[in-house]
Amino acid sequence: MDLPTVLAGLAGTSRLALDVQQPATVAEVMDQVAEVHPAVERRVRDETGTLRRYVNVYVDGSDVRSLQGAATPVQDGSLVLVVPSIAGG
Amino acid sequence: MTRVAAVAFDTRYRPPRILVGGGHEHWGPVISHSDDLGASWVEGDEAALRFPEDSGVAVERVWQLAPGPADRPEEVWAGVEPAALFRSDDAGMSFSLVTGLWDHPQRQSWAPGFGGLCLHTVLPHPTDPSQVLIAVSAAGVYRSQDGGQSWTPSNSGIEVTFLPEKFPEFGQCVHKVARDCADPDRLILQNHGGVFRSSDGGASWERSEEGLPANFGFGLTAHPHRSGTAFLFPLIADMNRMPPDGKARIYRTDDFGATWRSVSEGLPQDNFFSVVLRDALTTDDDDPLGVYFGTRSGGVFASRDEAASWEQVAAHLPEVLCVRAAVVD
Repeated sequence: MDLPTVLAGLAGTSRLALDVQQPATVAEVMDQVAEVHPAVERRVRDETGTLRRYVNVYVDGSDVRSLQGAATPVQDGSLVLVVPSIAGG
Repeated sequence: MTRVAAVAFDTRYRPPRILVGGGHEHWGPVISHSDDLGASWVEGDEAALRFPEDSGVAVERVWQLAPGPADRPEEVWAGVEPAALFRSDDAGMSFSLVTGLWDHPQRQSWAPGFGGLCLHTVLPHPTDPSQVLIAVSAAGVYRSQDGGQSWTPSNSGIEVTFLPEKFPEFGQCVHKVARDCADPDRLILQNHGGVFRSSDGGASWERSEEGLPANFGFGLTAHPHRSGTAFLFPLIADMNRMPPDGKARIYRTDDFGATWRSVSEGLPQDNFFSVVLRDALTTDDDDPLGVYFGTRSGGVFASRDEAASWEQVAAHLPEVLCVRAAVVD
């Protein structure tokens, strides 16, 4: 998982290597993030498991909101990218 | 953009513990604390203020952090948006939802004020742990007599101008409530149109506006060791949220709201159009008392002499949401 600078500071790295059992979804990847870096996880999704409104998550280049949201499959070797959405005009 | 809407100096600890409820529009709300006067901050994973998973609700913003009295050093309360009350019994390290209020049958009928549906005021009773008073915009005042297990609306006498009924049981847009330092049954309340007082712990309210140039406003605070004294910052009206006459004026009562007078020496008296928000007027607990307020246009003003005279101590900050002050050894 690639993190933006502000979250990389919390994780101590800009790229997280996560070991998630297949088949996996974005939600399960985030569950794994919650175990190792909870401060990162709660900035990406709220306590209902919903991705925060102004945080975009891409799986191999595709915005999960245009796929299956948190239920979007994540394949072995996939890159999950977390990007803050554009702020303001 | 980062915003800090709730700050508390927990003076039960030395140095005072600073509790902060902040957050970011992208990354959500965060609770953190500092035990070294802000030199370093801890965001405890257990301190994350979260609704239970099965509630289907997420915290949008922390509006209030309220430490309990000195003899209950572990007690801290938090008010959030959407309107809910949380309690900590480990000095703010972790919080749990007060389900007695969350499950209140009237909650589904609460409507948001202009700032959202927020629980912005928590007043734990100084001597009786069973009593707690809260205020919600726009639901009004609720009180618990059993430590938060059950809650009763407590708005008798508080007039509403935006509903068909003038005196509904609940639905008032209460902006702030302050408790007297010596008599916990005496309360002063800034409503969405109207300043009120109660002598019976909030069971009933009466208008308390003599001497005020207007009865709208947000900022209100009580003197921490002079009974009957409180301060507020009036605004013209809900549709005209500016100080009357373009003057920055703090009003003070020394007779528990029977009369108010301006105490504004040194404050701008021309072309001042900014607003003091509900938690942006505060005091320290020194003697003589320090009084402080911040504005939506980023100014902070301070008085070292119980509001007799003022000076500007900061300018050009972002919008000031919350001001708190404490005496540091």
